[in-house]
Amino acid sequence: MSNLDAVFLARLQFAFTLGFHIIFPAFSIGLASYLAVLEGLWLRTGRQVFLDLFHYWIKIFAIGFAMGVVSGVVMSYQFGTNWGSFSDKAGPVIGPLMGYEVLTAFFLESGFLGVMLFGMNRVGRGLHFLATCLVAIGTLISAFWILAVNSWMQTPAGFTMTPDGRFLPADWLAIIFNPSFPYRFIHMVLATYLSVAFLVGAVGAWHLLRDRTNEGARVMFSMALWMALFVAPIQIFAGDAHGLNTLLHQPVKVAAMEGDWVDPTGDEGDSLVLFAWPDQEAAANRAEIAIPHLGSLILTHSWSGAIKGLRDWTPAERPPVAVVFYAFRIMVALGFLMAGAGLLGAFLRWRGRLYDAPWLHRIMVVMAPSGFLALLAGWTVTEVGRQPYTVYGLLRTTDSASPIAAPGVAASLLAFVVVYFLVYGAGIAFLLRQMARPPLPGEGGVPKSPTHAAGLMPGPAGAIEDIPPTAAE
Amino acid sequence: MADALPLIWAGLLAFAILAYVVLDGFDLGVGILFLVEHDEADRDVMMNTVAPVWDGNETWLVLGGGGLFAVFPLAYAVVMPALYAAIIGMLLALVLRGVAFEFRFKTRTRLGRRLWNIAFTVGSLVAALCQGLALGGLVQGVHIARRAYAGGWWDWVTGFTILCGLAVAAGYALLGATWLIWRTEGELQARCRRHARALGVAVLALIVVVSLWTPMLNPRFMARWFAWPEIALTSPVPILVALLAWAFWHGLSRRHDATPFLAVLGWFVLCYVGLGISLFPYIVPPDLTIWQAAAPPASQGFLLVGAVVLVPIILAYTAYAYWVFRGKVRPGMHYH
Ligand code: HDD
Ligand code: HEM
Ligand code: HEM
Repeated sequence: MSNLDAVFLARLQFAFTLGFHIIFPAFSIGLASYLAVLEGLWLRTGRQVFLDLFHYWIKIFAIGFAMGVVSGVVMSYQFGTNWGSFSDKAGPVIGPLMGYEVLTAFFLESGFLGVMLFGMNRVGRGLHFLATCLVAIGTLISAFWILAVNSWMQTPAGFTMTPDGRFLPADWLAIIFNPSFPYRFIHMVLATYLSVAFLVGAVGAWHLLRDRTNEGARVMFSMALWMALFVAPIQIFAGDAHGLNTLLHQPVKVAAMEGDWVDPTGDEGDSLVLFAWPDQEAAANRAEIAIPHLGSLILTHSWSGAIKGLRDWTPAERPPVAVVFYAFRIMVALGFLMAGAGLLGAFLRWRGRLYDAPWLHRIMVVMAPSGFLALLAGWTVTEVGRQPYTVYGLLRTTDSASPIAAPGVAASLLAFVVVYFLVYGAGIAFLLRQMARPPLPGEGGVPKSPTHAAGLMPGPAGAIEDIPPTAAE
Repeated sequence: MADALPLIWAGLLAFAILAYVVLDGFDLGVGILFLVEHDEADRDVMMNTVAPVWDGNETWLVLGGGGLFAVFPLAYAVVMPALYAAIIGMLLALVLRGVAFEFRFKTRTRLGRRLWNIAFTVGSLVAALCQGLALGGLVQGVHIARRAYAGGWWDWVTGFTILCGLAVAAGYALLGATWLIWRTEGELQARCRRHARALGVAVLALIVVVSLWTPMLNPRFMARWFAWPEIALTSPVPILVALLAWAFWHGLSRRHDATPFLAVLGWFVLCYVGLGISLFPYIVPPDLTIWQAAAPPASQGFLLVGAVVLVPIILAYTAYAYWVFRGKVRPGMHYH
């Protein structure tokens, strides 16, 4: 077995575990902020429906958060188990950032999570709201640090290198606020908000289809469409800015996103490829459908500005084009669909028919996973597009791996696949079941008696439907 | 100062790992005790004694791993591949038991309940065993060539590591049992006293065997423990262990609530100190010292500023979270 197989398996393992991880943090970041908003609205207006919705969503949050935490613990050890050489070389730079993530974010989230979930009647409303806000802020701080890490790997700055290829920190501000970080941070946080907005909207729509008068369903549906109306266009704008920044720092990635192989000649300009089958071997597109000049307009904001084509790089420097190309199109298409849904919602709201348009409700139900899909597609663009490097331009993926033989990596990958499908499959089933229940007035949630948090369950705590409680095992 | 930084960080990380061991130790131990506690109502109570705090407990593990990555990257880069299977096993086990806290209360079928009980029990047990195996693997030494681990992915399996695995699992179960003595009452508490008694004997025996075996692994360890004048410094450790053993038995037979737990905590701290005495100044025996593994002062200093400010704050709000959920947990008082 060659080293290459082991590296490929290690990449698969990283992509698999992180692909799972990122879904749940996105869910936690977006939902924690939404819960803080709901609780804040309840404290301000005193309207029962906000408290009901808070209680409704916190049960869902608890499940998602648990999955986010355990998949995250795996990630923090993956750098060492599978990417030992990378850890030794880049650790002095990115390690402290992750250390700060633990100190400023993870402890904050986990410290106040217990109070947020179980403590409403133990600590009083004000303190409980504070706990909710601290958890929400913790998730955002966590995103800040981990995206600083990832962005540094994409656009390294503020370091010096030793002769044996290790990175040493020189300027911490330059490291944290590296060139792609602001774009990536904003784009990612917006992505989590959109993902959760469309999930909330879909749950609201689902229950509106069953009962148009359910107040909780109406409120969440309406809130989600407001988010879609404003945040989706901002996201498109932020994505465009992000792309221009990438063009500056990682032009080959943009060429792959665009499926652009050759430099334009004369004032021909770059066309925008709508559809194609990129062929890595032939270094060309098959079955291409393109709009002339539009590529130049979008990327250089001029009629015939030129960007470099993939053939300007040696084959060994090119990322896998087809993956990047398709993932990018999926993300962008979903982004426009989301903005479209927001506009439709605004139109129907204006006509006063927001709650009486079952076809819109059906569309919104179908769009439930759209944010999460766009998010995974976006990460695929980012990560696959920077291949063959882990630290862009400086440290190759093949020089990053741990000295573990392929069978070892394969066995652990298999174990991850089995355990993750079991655990997260079950978790998603619990989430779906919880969301299939309509939000009810007087929704139980947080403790009735001092420590009684029965509300986190639909029935009496710990009840099992098909057996009487006393007979349980 | 540059020379002192690695020393300070070694101390801080040692503290983080110790905090992890005792905190997650008792909640893993509660999971292990599901092996002998079959009543579902009792299991609800057991789980509810740790439900609001387990996530915070586990964060110390992330600080241990993340901190090692940040301030001793070479040690992190060498140890994780060297103990690959034990680490991956631990992570998977922690996934299983972590979600069981939520899922066990969410499931509505008998099969589901049984499945998540198993996930919780087996996850806790395997995580404890793997931590012990990893500890043993580290203590017996890791071979390094050109800044990387030089060996196979099963090299760490020896009689010594297996013994360490058992010792840690038994120790966690004992911590769990004494924690439950403190936080529960009635029959469950009485049974936990019996579990604690049996486990106490076993753990004490394992401590003795591991302590005698460790010096034989490495002549340097031997000199630390038995040569003059070091022995004057090291001999209090076993004496204190014996004193705590007395406090443990006394507390159990007088039916104190907290004494047995505190005595077992003391054992853990002492074993940990003993380990530190053996290893220092090596972070990865037999060749890598804390100075050789250290990140440059710029990295260590940058994170130290944050740690000095934040760790006390973290300790304060962690204490607050424990205080909010203080007192005996009774059947029917559900956090879920
Ligand atoms: C943009 C967001 C984001 C991204 C890209 C990542 N994470 Fe994450 N992570 C979070 C956002 C987050 C979070 C929102 O803060 C989580 C999710 C649920 C939770 O409890 O916190 C979390 C949890 C979480 C935990 C558990 C913390 C605890 O015990 O409470 C760890 C150890 C990590 N993550 C580590 C990582 C590593 C090593 C990553 C990269 C390789 C990573 N995360 C990518
Ligand atoms: C959270 C969403 C993320 C997703 C879905 C994601 C996805 C991926 C994928 C698909 C790969 C494999 C690429 C390939 O080998 O072709 C990869 C590799 C990698 N990513 Fe990311 N990534 C994410 C975030 C991060 C973050 C936050 C970091 C750093 C902290 C990171 C660091 C790495 C490293 C070290 C590799 C392994 C080397 C490599 O194959 O490039 N990723 N990731
Ligand atoms: C149509 C509008 C959009 C455009 C033009 C756009 C543009 C981009 C670009 C250029 C990148 C790659 C940046 C790089 O690695 O250099 C990217 C990454 C990403 N996109 Fe988008 N995007 C759009 C919509 C969305 C939507 C709707 C979501 C999710 C809801 C999303 C989520 C992401 C994520 C998670 C990443 C990876 C992290 C990052 O680099 O920020 N994007 N996007």
